[in-house]
Amino acid sequence: MTNILIIARKEIQEGLRNRWVLATTLLLAALALTLSFLGGAPTGNVGVNKLDIVIVSLSSLTIFLVPLIALLLSHDAIVGETERGTMILLLSYPLGRSEVIFGKFLGHLAILAFATLFGYGVAAAALAVSSPDIGLESWRSFASMVGSSVLLGAVFLAIGYFVSTLARERSTAGGIAIGIWLFFVLIYDMALLGGLVAARGQTVPPMLLDILLVANPTDAYRLLNLGSGSASALSGMSGIAGHTGLSAPVLLAALLLWTLVPLGLSTLVFSRREV
Amino acid sequence: MSATAEIATVEITGASKRYNKVDAVRDVGFTLNAGETIALVGHNGAGKTTLIKLMLGLIRPTTGQVRVLGEDPARGDFAVRQRLGYLPESVSFHLALTGRETLAFYARLKRVDLESTDTLFERVGLAREAANRPVRTYSKGMRQRLGLAQALLGEPRILLLDEPTSGLDPALRRSFYDLITDLRALGTTVLLSSHALTELEDRANRVIIINRGLKIADGTLDELRHIAQLPTQISVRLAEGIDAPDFINGSAWRRTNGGAWETNIGAADKIALLRDLTAEPSRLAALTVAEPTLDDLYAHFLSGQNKP
Repeated sequence: MTNILIIARKEIQEGLRNRWVLATTLLLAALALTLSFLGGAPTGNVGVNKLDIVIVSLSSLTIFLVPLIALLLSHDAIVGETERGTMILLLSYPLGRSEVIFGKFLGHLAILAFATLFGYGVAAAALAVSSPDIGLESWRSFASMVGSSVLLGAVFLAIGYFVSTLARERSTAGGIAIGIWLFFVLIYDMALLGGLVAARGQTVPPMLLDILLVANPTDAYRLLNLGSGSASALSGMSGIAGHTGLSAPVLLAALLLWTLVPLGLSTLVFSRREV
Repeated sequence: MSATAEIATVEITGASKRYNKVDAVRDVGFTLNAGETIALVGHNGAGKTTLIKLMLGLIRPTTGQVRVLGEDPARGDFAVRQRLGYLPESVSFHLALTGRETLAFYARLKRVDLESTDTLFERVGLAREAANRPVRTYSKGMRQRLGLAQALLGEPRILLLDEPTSGLDPALRRSFYDLITDLRALGTTVLLSSHALTELEDRANRVIIINRGLKIADGTLDELRHIAQLPTQISVRLAEGIDAPDFINGSAWRRTNGGAWETNIGAADKIALLRDLTAEPSRLAALTVAEPTLDDLYAHFLSGQNKP
């Protein structure tokens, strides 16, 4: 465990030094602030809670940005160190290979969690000051949105490590990472939507739809945050959410699985890899 | 030789390593003892780094056995690596961190007291001011010093240094070897790999030559010289007016472009020839005796491998 913390600490130290932490935090905070004030303007005062609107817009932001940041951080983690020559020295030290992966994961997750908590926290604080009449229920959904955003980050960090352990070159890993991002964030939903439109008339079996939705972590995240409560009405997700039997614990479990399986696989591949 | 000299720290028996149909190392076996400084010499790609990786437990031998301090380095909780120091070929570090942060990171991994890092910086000759700068700003020599500092963490019993002096200036190289001499006195096994025997400047008390994955020689430099039986080259320049001297008999002598006479002679006949040559000193203007160099020795063993 100590070794994992030592590695994590060094990753955070490096992240602070090469401005990764600063850049991602500022980016998320700036976008979150912009969205919470601009995004809230057009609704005026129609009885919709301002925070609910922010949850919808911030979740959409998360789906685009958090996987990208996570993949950028993680795709280089193993193959980059191997290519730069620092990995062989690290592995000559008394620590296991799984400890290297878990340590890096912990460090990168801390960076990502800090950026998300701080960036979205700033937006929330600004909102709390400007409109104090937000209910506890909305705050709870906001907190769960931030929490699941970090979890979505964890998913893509884990996927990034898996890519990084498989790839032989940094550039390959980078290319695959971008491909994965495009697939999960853009292509998958378009294909799913196209499929549903094409299947007009026939009903899609709910089981199949459920599987298709948890097969993409960003969809599981979307459903988790936008599928229930007042946010679902705002986001237009109620249509889909009404057809699936996926509850919040199932979606959370899917996201956890999406983290643990790639992480486990990367540990397995990395342990067998000869340096 | 100290009393610790016969304690084996590394034992390799019949080790082979195959990478995708390529034999990096073939049936290599040797034992390294405490307090020995061993030069592992071979061309680039001869299998030096593979052997070092086997000793570190980074890879497992395809056949054969590797024992370091009595344990298999590739198994268990890697406790044996606590007693190992390793300097990789062309070492590199995380550029954004300072030298001090880098060394502290490695010290934590080895569970070494952080306070000892200050003395290490001093020992390898990295100034306090340099230690607080990012590694990005370091010269090649400074990185190599930092690399050596991390290898020395925790007073290792075995030091594996892969091409440690390549790219260092002569002054740096000398202080590097002085450090190794100190370590030898403490009973540390020091293995230096190099692609040229001359690089080692007679610092090693034992030489292992490998070529194409095979061990082709193992012994002290004197032993190797003895086995090789390399001839000594003697060249003479005759005094004015002396031509075709009588002692130059047979075809063994050849005339060089400079007008001197040259011959190669085995160790057994060397003294007798020198006595003949110097019997009448007035005949000679100059006399040069060139013992075989380390490079000649190395070349001899490499060429000898092709014969059965």
